[in-house]
Amino acid sequence: MAIVEFLGPINREAIDVDIANLCELKEVFKDDKEIQKWLEHSAIAVNDTMVSHLNIPLLSKDKVSLLPPVCGG
Amino acid sequence: MDNLLKLYHGSLNVNSIVNHWYDSLHNENFGAFISFIGTVRNENKIEGLSFDIYEPILDSWFDKWQEKAKKQDAIVFMAHSIGDVPLHKSSYISAVCSPKRKTALKMIDEFVEDFKASAPIWKYDIIDGKRIYAEDRSTALPNSGLLGK
Repeated sequence: MAIVEFLGPINREAIDVDIANLCELKEVFKDDKEIQKWLEHSAIAVNDTMVSHLNIPLLSKDKVSLLPPVCGG
Repeated sequence: MDNLLKLYHGSLNVNSIVNHWYDSLHNENFGAFISFIGTVRNENKIEGLSFDIYEPILDSWFDKWQEKAKKQDAIVFMAHSIGDVPLHKSSYISAVCSPKRKTALKMIDEFVEDFKASAPIWKYDIIDGKRIYAEDRSTALPNSGLLGK
């Protein structure tokens, strides 16, 4: 079970997902139109490290974070 | 020196923060101290701005900058607000000190630009007391959209 957290304006509670790698997250969200809109513009971190591809295995309790577009200052 | 990245709930006390940074190093033989103070402007009928921050990734982003600064014998400082900040108050301060001015002048520009593009902070306009995500002013982080279609 990995944990998926939705940061900033996505504004959703974190969920537990039963997936073995990051790519499988696509399947989890495939029918969720609201989250699809965010995914097109969101970056991904695994255990607080930004990732550049989806070929990443996930272990139990790994944390996946979705980061929508940012604007500090 | 204490933590060089500080987050505060609400608006920033500019005098206190900048003076503290300056006082902490003015005996250290740095020839230049350059600060940038961001203030919430009255525009688009907003009552203020509000911010969410994801601290673990902000910390690692800032640590990388500190390493980069150190290689040039410089130091970077940053303070940012969490939550609501009213008009004409500060939500963001950064500074760079270095032995000579050119390093700090160049680095403050690079630091602020990279902050805008990379720091995991989300901005909201406050209008009629509600927080509205500043989507049109936001920038997608590198490698965004991997899970999109």
